Amino acid sequence: MRIGVGRIALVAAAALALGGCASLGVKPWQRGILAREDMQLTAEPLTHALDNHLYFSKEASSGGSGFAGGGCGCN
Amino acid sequence: MSRFASIHHWAIALTAFAALAGTSHAAPALDLGAYRGRVVYLDFWASWCGPCKQSFPWMQSLQSTYGRRGLVVVAVDLDRDRADARRFLARFHPGFRIVYDPSGSLAKRYAVAGMPTTLLIDRRGRVRDRHIGFLPSKAAGYERQVERLLAQK
Repeated sequence: MRIGVGRIALVAAAALALGGCASLGVKPWQRGILAREDMQLTAEPLTHALDNHLYFSKEASSGGSGFAGGGCGCN
Repeated sequence: MSRFASIHHWAIALTAFAALAGTSHAAPALDLGAYRGRVVYLDFWASWCGPCKQSFPWMQSLQSTYGRRGLVVVAVDLDRDRADARRFLARFHPGFRIVYDPSGSLAKRYAVAGMPTTLLIDRRGRVRDRHIGFLPSKAAGYERQVERLLAQK
């Protein structure tokens, strides 16, 4: 069976690209930009919390819509 | 010849770049060995972290209360931009040591899991306690731990 050079190169490139996933995730001390006010998903954390409360009461599920907080990773 | 020269220039530019990158990511100087015989309250903070703002006046009073008995507060700043840290510090004027770690290499070494993270190191240089976050309601507990370590030889 002959394996083409192109195919080997493709596999090699795919394997190399995997390395790009090595450092996924933001460390707690790298959240400076995420903690900025203009980076929040909601302008009003309290309203967001109330909305979430209504949502999980009605839908019996919660989460998936971001979270209210400063992004410290401490609460 | 001209081709060789341009490759040569590239090599020089690359080396210079590597050297620059190397210096900007060099580990900041934090020699805890210098504090052997003293209790170290090692705090990791950043200007954008809410609880850190609450902790600074408290750490200030901790340093002034227990400094004479051998406590050293060392606060490691994890801001990427030094200017943010400067603005923060201008508000609080802390009387304890600040170490700058914009690349986060110290944070990685001490496995910072949230902001702020605090390590309590005893007089023999052993990490005796760590807490994540700063809650004013728990501050009395943190202080008791400091007192306990200060009482030990």
